[in-house]
Amino acid sequence: MSSTAAEGTLPLPADGSARSRVSSDGALLDLRAVPPARHAWRTLLRRPTFLVGAGFVVFWVAAAVLWKPLGFDPLGPTGLPLEGPSGAHPFGTDNLGRDMFARVLAGAQPTLEVAPLATLVATAFGTALGLVAGYFRGVVDDVLMRSFDVLYAFPQIISVLLVASAFGHSLLTLVIAIAIFFTPIIARTVRSAVLVETNHQYVEAARLQGERPTWILAREILPNILPVVVVEATIRLAYAIFVSAGLSFLGLGAQPPSPDWGLVVSQNRIFVQNAWWCAAFPALGIATLVVSVNLIADNLRDVTSR
Amino acid sequence: MTPALQVEDLSISYAASGPVVKGLSFAIAPGESYGLVGESGCGKTTVAMAVARYLPAAGRITDGRLTVAGRDVYDLDREELRTLRSSAMAMVYQEPGRALNPTMRVGRQIGEVFELAGLNGDVVRAEVERTLRRVGFHEPAGVAVRYPHELSGGQQQRVVIAMALAVRPALLILDEPTTGLDARVQAGVLALIDELRGELDAGVLLISHNLPLIAAHCDRVGILYAGELVEEGDAREVVAQPTHPYTQGLVRSLPSIDESKGLRRLESIPGSVASAAAVQTGCTFAPRCELATERCRQVAPELLPFSPEGGQVRAVSCHRAGSALPAARPLAPSLHEVSPDGDPLLRVQGLTKRYGPVTAASAVDLDIRPGEVLGLVGESGSGKTTLGRCIAGLTSYEGEIAFTGAGAVQMVFQSPDASLNPRRTVRAVLGRAIKQLGGDTSVEALAAQVGLGEALLDRLPRELSGGQKQRVAIARAFAGPVSLVVCDEPVSALDVSVQAKILDLLHDLQVDRGVSYLFVSHDLAVIRRLADRIGVMYRGELVEIGAADDVFAGPRHPYTEAILRASIDDPRAGRGSTADEAPSAAPAEEIAPDPVGCAFAGSCPQAIAGVCAVQAPPWREPAVGHTIRCHLPVPELPIRSTPSPRGPA
Repeated sequence: MSSTAAEGTLPLPADGSARSRVSSDGALLDLRAVPPARHAWRTLLRRPTFLVGAGFVVFWVAAAVLWKPLGFDPLGPTGLPLEGPSGAHPFGTDNLGRDMFARVLAGAQPTLEVAPLATLVATAFGTALGLVAGYFRGVVDDVLMRSFDVLYAFPQIISVLLVASAFGHSLLTLVIAIAIFFTPIIARTVRSAVLVETNHQYVEAARLQGERPTWILAREILPNILPVVVVEATIRLAYAIFVSAGLSFLGLGAQPPSPDWGLVVSQNRIFVQNAWWCAAFPALGIATLVVSVNLIADNLRDVTSR
Repeated sequence: MTPALQVEDLSISYAASGPVVKGLSFAIAPGESYGLVGESGCGKTTVAMAVARYLPAAGRITDGRLTVAGRDVYDLDREELRTLRSSAMAMVYQEPGRALNPTMRVGRQIGEVFELAGLNGDVVRAEVERTLRRVGFHEPAGVAVRYPHELSGGQQQRVVIAMALAVRPALLILDEPTTGLDARVQAGVLALIDELRGELDAGVLLISHNLPLIAAHCDRVGILYAGELVEEGDAREVVAQPTHPYTQGLVRSLPSIDESKGLRRLESIPGSVASAAAVQTGCTFAPRCELATERCRQVAPELLPFSPEGGQVRAVSCHRAGSALPAARPLAPSLHEVSPDGDPLLRVQGLTKRYGPVTAASAVDLDIRPGEVLGLVGESGSGKTTLGRCIAGLTSYEGEIAFTGAGAVQMVFQSPDASLNPRRTVRAVLGRAIKQLGGDTSVEALAAQVGLGEALLDRLPRELSGGQKQRVAIARAFAGPVSLVVCDEPVSALDVSVQAKILDLLHDLQVDRGVSYLFVSHDLAVIRRLADRIGVMYRGELVEIGAADDVFAGPRHPYTEAILRASIDDPRAGRGSTADEAPSAAPAEEIAPDPVGCAFAGSCPQAIAGVCAVQAPPWREPAVGHTIRCHLPVPELPIRSTPSPRGPA
């Protein structure tokens, strides 16, 4: 920010911190007040990007749950090999004559099993470790943070290959591998949020009151960093979808004949020149889901960080 | 002569909260200093923003005119406005650190102002040095190459003022320019502004919540209540002899350093500004006014000339202008006699706290007796808060702290916002505190003790005012059996009228429960209010401790003398009482003290060359229980005849 006589001496109006409260007007501060949860929801529902993201996510979740009851068959041949999109096969067929529309719908299921589960596990561990590191500081913090650094030092793919060879190629392997590598990232974010919170004297007041650390962490600090955790988890979910698709593409996750998107893209990539539809539609599935979850995360962050 | 600023019938409204400024009119002549006073939410800052046309998007001027140096601010196009802002007016805010670009050397930032005016090269450098010299830097070349973070708060504010005055503005707007600065630094900054104003013939709009400050540094004052001017006149006279009930209440709410413990209640204005929003007819202050009559509630008063006895004509908006508020009620006398010889409740010996290479507290010895209030005073960085935190057990330390009282040491913190969990209701906070601290009271009864109604119990902190939050924090400290409460600047973030109520509450609770306080504050008048004994800290060392009356009567430590002089005195004593006699008030560029010698030697006007800076000072004892750590023999220690104590107003 460059400064001139007038502009240089003009910071934004008071930030609502304790000291500036002395000088600033109540009216200004009221505009700054944190909206309650209900208000946050209403604000979200008025944001078009959130609605678009949520729409796609709902669609794919419905696909993952309903493809079987609706009678789609992703495994058996229902047409000629490598047929282009048509009324009977909206997304065409693959080299074995399987309906790509059914395969893409069904492919949402493994993705939506692996990514949320891995994110959930990573969020649980990451939040717990972040809380502990941020609150106790000192040796605990150092040991945790430095071991995370070591974990970061390995290229992710190599590490996942390691995990995969240890646990075999399966969806469970994916869950474990992704969870292990997301835990430190979430822990770091949570830790820095905890550091901010512990600067507030209500934490010291709780200590003076003789509260145990577990109570302080769970009842005083956690509720206040929950928005950070939710936003971070959503961002991680998008990455998890991306990573799980990538790992399946490499053959480390779902195995044939699974309709998993990453695997399908990998298997059909050789046909892309004559039959673009067999790789393009599963890729589109990955893209829409990742972008949608990211849109939701962005909106959540905007609404909760005000 | 064109006024520097003319405000005519100004009304401003916010989309969310409705009108915040209503029909405001005042003018500032060139070279005149005008103070605008009011509590939070009265519209002061909104006015300042409107003058510079910096209102937030939600704010709208619904009526009136603003003229700066003869030009209507709202009748300018973008380019004209930019020219006006950069040449005719300048603004200085609280928190100078945020007004300066942290990545730019100070000299460059000031230089830009001159470059904008068309100068360049060596001329700019020379102008920058001249400007820095004018705001009191003796080595301008050395300062110009520093970054803002390498300067102290007071130095930063002087740089901001240097930038503001570089263009010789017709109008200088100062919004709480010294709030958050230490008293000695504040005195220096304000003296500088006074001096430059005369030199440049600029009009000054000084916005503050601090009445004594306005009385000492302004020609005229306007008292703002809920966006309306309720009283306007000669600053010294209005503060010395207020006629509007609101002004009277504000003046009465101020603690005074000439008023020893427990003389009178400070609480003078019931309720809060919020009640003004509900007023449909009549005077907006009527719901809080002890003098209000039926007429006040029906007919809105107008701002009319009024001549108080023996004073100049001023404008007052009150049907009962000049009627005095009923006499203040006396405070409950302290029932628990503090015995000077009894065993101490708390004994601190050789307490030292280091943060890496920095020593925040060094070899502090002190006692607190049962039922006693020990006031601890010092500037920021003096270690007073650190000492409080060590005593509360919140941080590790070297040395010994022996505590013999019941229950744990409790603490009341400075920031009412940070000291309550934003997600827990008042009921949850107090209920848990009672359980944890082993209290035998109910949440309702505890809340009632601190003046919180049951309607507030299910609210979250953000739904409470600053004063209410601080009451919750106080209630939490008193939830169980407690014998010592550390109060760390508990009122410094609050408005005067709220501060008065909280100080009264703390006094009542102390008398009622017979607890001891360690009361930490930078404000001598606040300390004087509550303390039986006073300890003075400077750079981590306790330099003086003794009975409050002894410390105020003197002899005292030269440092105590310095902060006493710098703290703006009783406004009723009038303007100039402090400005005249604050010669070396600004501790400009302090030298790091020798670890062995007296820490204050570098700034001490009475320092003995070759002794103070290199030898550890001995303890002097001018009276029993009053000790001063200084090389000066007792007869040479500063002693100032304090004005005669004033009875209850």
